[in-house]
Amino acid sequence: MITWRALLKRFLSDPVAICAAVVLLALILMAVLAPVLAPQNPYDLMQLDIMDSEMPPSWQPGGDPRFLLGTDTQGRGVLSTIMYGTGISLLIGVGAVLLSGVLGITLGLIAGYKGGGIDAFLMRLADIQMSLSTLMIAIIALALFQAAFDANVYADYAIIMLIVIIGVAEWPKFARTVRSSVLGEKNKEYVDAARVIGLPARKVMWGHILPNTLTPVMVISTIQVAEAIMTEAALSFLGLGMPVDRPSLGSLIRSGFEFVFSGSTWITFYPALVLIALILALNLLGDWLRDVMNPKLRRGDD
Amino acid sequence: MPMLEVKDLHVAFPRGKKDWIEALRGVDLTLEKGERLGVVGESGAGKSMLAFAILNLIAEPGRVSNGSIALDGQNLLEMSERQIRKIRGNRVSMIFQDPMVTLNPVLSIGTQMIETLRAHRNISRRAAHKLCVQKLKQVAIPSAEGRMDAYPHELSGGLRQRVVIAIALLTDPEIIIADEPTTALDVTIQAEIMALILKLCRENDVALILITHDLGVVAEVTERLMIMYAGKCVETGRTRDMIAAPHHPYAAGLLKALPQNAKRGEKLYQIPGSMPPITNLPTGCPYHPRCPRASDICRASMPPLEGGVACFHPLEQSQEAPA
Amino acid sequence: MSAPIVETRNLQVRFPLPTHFLSREKPVLHALSGVDVQITQGETFCVVGESGCGKTTLGRAIIGLNKPSGGEVYFKGQRIDQMDETTRKPIRRDMQMVFQNPYASLNPRRTVFDTLAEPINHLMPEKTKDEVRAQVEDVLAATGCDPSWQRRLPHEFSGGQRQRIAIARALVTNPAFIVADEPISALDVSIQAQILNLLADLQAERGLTYLFITHDLSVVQHFGTRVAVMYLGQVMELATAETIFADPKHPYTKLLLDAIPKLEGGSFERPRTPGELPDPVNPPPGCPFAPRCPLAAERCRTERPKLREISNSGSMAACHFAQ
Repeated sequence: MITWRALLKRFLSDPVAICAAVVLLALILMAVLAPVLAPQNPYDLMQLDIMDSEMPPSWQPGGDPRFLLGTDTQGRGVLSTIMYGTGISLLIGVGAVLLSGVLGITLGLIAGYKGGGIDAFLMRLADIQMSLSTLMIAIIALALFQAAFDANVYADYAIIMLIVIIGVAEWPKFARTVRSSVLGEKNKEYVDAARVIGLPARKVMWGHILPNTLTPVMVISTIQVAEAIMTEAALSFLGLGMPVDRPSLGSLIRSGFEFVFSGSTWITFYPALVLIALILALNLLGDWLRDVMNPKLRRGDD
Repeated sequence: MPMLEVKDLHVAFPRGKKDWIEALRGVDLTLEKGERLGVVGESGAGKSMLAFAILNLIAEPGRVSNGSIALDGQNLLEMSERQIRKIRGNRVSMIFQDPMVTLNPVLSIGTQMIETLRAHRNISRRAAHKLCVQKLKQVAIPSAEGRMDAYPHELSGGLRQRVVIAIALLTDPEIIIADEPTTALDVTIQAEIMALILKLCRENDVALILITHDLGVVAEVTERLMIMYAGKCVETGRTRDMIAAPHHPYAAGLLKALPQNAKRGEKLYQIPGSMPPITNLPTGCPYHPRCPRASDICRASMPPLEGGVACFHPLEQSQEAPA
Repeated sequence: MSAPIVETRNLQVRFPLPTHFLSREKPVLHALSGVDVQITQGETFCVVGESGCGKTTLGRAIIGLNKPSGGEVYFKGQRIDQMDETTRKPIRRDMQMVFQNPYASLNPRRTVFDTLAEPINHLMPEKTKDEVRAQVEDVLAATGCDPSWQRRLPHEFSGGQRQRIAIARALVTNPAFIVADEPISALDVSIQAQILNLLADLQAERGLTYLFITHDLSVVQHFGTRVAVMYLGQVMELATAETIFADPKHPYTKLLLDAIPKLEGGSFERPRTPGELPDPVNPPPGCPFAPRCPLAAERCRTERPKLREISNSGSMAACHFAQ
């Protein structure tokens, strides 16, 4: 266990962690404040002009000061679409992790605490799920979904679909982590003490064991957000993710990819840069958290 | 000249960037050939640290910050790692509380013993095997020949500790340092192991440093005794004498608090409070907040170790225990 | 003798060992094989034995942490081992437990107040918030804890302080009977006396009955009223503390007493042969102690001795030859 104050102290003494957190915070702020900060609203067809399409960034010849990072083929400013797109990517990443977290924690807790047949069943289920790649499941599900509904319906529900598919596909990671720490915790004497007073299993699990297993969950959550964003970007790049008129970072990269060889590299380059920064910041923070939380790597005790 | 002489040993660990915390704060120790010394203290008193320091095994970032450790006149602290390794596990052996610290779980007992022996002796595999079986017989392991192919997990805790003792004896050491060798074992097994260690030390004239928290074990096995508190030796002397008539109030309190020293149905004597952590020591004598005899001088300065006692107000011989 | 507060009749606990789900063998560990004890109101009933003897399982089966595989458990004349949770709830107030390791027995994420209030909130839902608070403060005062500790987390306390908090939690519902499972063996020597005195004081003030589980016979001698010596899931000898130390009847009890290190020395002088607990998965058909017993005869290897009264002594022993 580590106190919040010790955590803060460790954080402030680690420049890499600080940099990662600053980048992440900046990107989150940028995404949240996009409606206020963005020079235009890329969703508002009234603001778009096809004449503005494929403009290079403003400092290059032919650039327009209205579009700092240039425009894409539909005349949307790349900067504005990045701001909105980052938000959509983050939303899907966080949403998917929340869903897989809730699923995984619940199932992992039950499997670890109850043991026996329930445990065996849930863990085999997790094994099967893990042996199917997330991307493969997502491609099949999204392709079916796209075929079943027309484009407008798909566009409306794409975010939810992506969250559900990525979230459901990733639950075994949480379940396994939680289960293994539950196995470690459930034989500790404080759990026996709770059982001595006849506390029902439900209260022992959620009230006593769960809070003591959340440390590793925090660590994997951070890394899983990065992973979910990557998955979504990959799907969008394949044309199965977010539709072009509500682009995430992945669909932005895709939308510019056809034009890379014709010289309009900025349409792909800048969203890719932001995506890399976002993933890197999340992974660095996740690694840092894991190191801090791992008592084996920590000196002394607390 | 004593065989082993430790003088003014300090071990420090860094806290933060510049700060150092001292886990051992000036410990002296001498050991004659074949002598058995007990080191007693509570957890955190620095008794295990002392053992590790003698073998130059203090883990980074801790270090020996002052003092000297001389084995037959040679200062171990000035030796290279290669020279130390010739002494460690050869002239000085160690037995830990957990046998699995010494034993490698994936190698058979025989392989481990033979490797250890061949690391220190120029000896053929066949001769090494023979010697190892002989050592296993010496520690009374039943069917010693067959056990050479056994893996550590196939043995019970008591047998494992016997194997560790056999390994410690392989190179015919002059000193064995035993750090809580029986704490994890049951009483009857503890009696077996301690009886074995005692017999082997006597027969082979091996000196023993026995580190433990159990005064009973120390009284049974050792000739001299050293009691540690908060990184310092508070009293040292002949075991018999100290147990019969301790001088330091802490030593006296520990003995008086033992249930075997109290009458049935009466309350046990209790030392109030608990040992301060080394990160937060009081000024003066570290024991003064718990001591019934403490006065102003105890709060102001640290009493030196004189005549075997580090106390400004030691108990006289006639007195039985602190007031 | 008055009616016992807690009684077990032929209590058995077996643990199935994990196997591959296709394997035909279903090995079972016999932790308790038929234990009958009667614990009298107000006494300290000690259970001693070495690891694996079933002493902890006995405590856990009585308190309801392990389900008996056979036999019966009674509390104040009511059979409790098969009670459903609603009927058992009022009885749980009267039965509490103190655990061995104060570093594991307190939930690291709960404040002392939350830990202490939980038993009241669950077992006495009729209490108001103010009553709960008052009850927590009372019990903290009774166990020598400072009222300011309530808002703090367990990691801020030393081992001795944590064990006081754990004792306070056991007492908060005002129980009549407490299972204390090695409550002092994880503590430093100078702290053990404090906790033993606290337990003795609480017993005197509140008329508590203890089931005191320990491996430390010197504590039993000081603290116990009656003693049950266990070996491989069975009671080997049962007598008052004075009798068992003055005149042990069972050869195992004699071995145990002989193994205690004594301040006078002399226990470890002669070498001992290694003795091991028989495999609890395949216990021998006869007396479990026969392989180590100096008295063992053919009869001991085939016929399991029953716990019987030894004439003119007040002791009960499970041995064919005890007298």
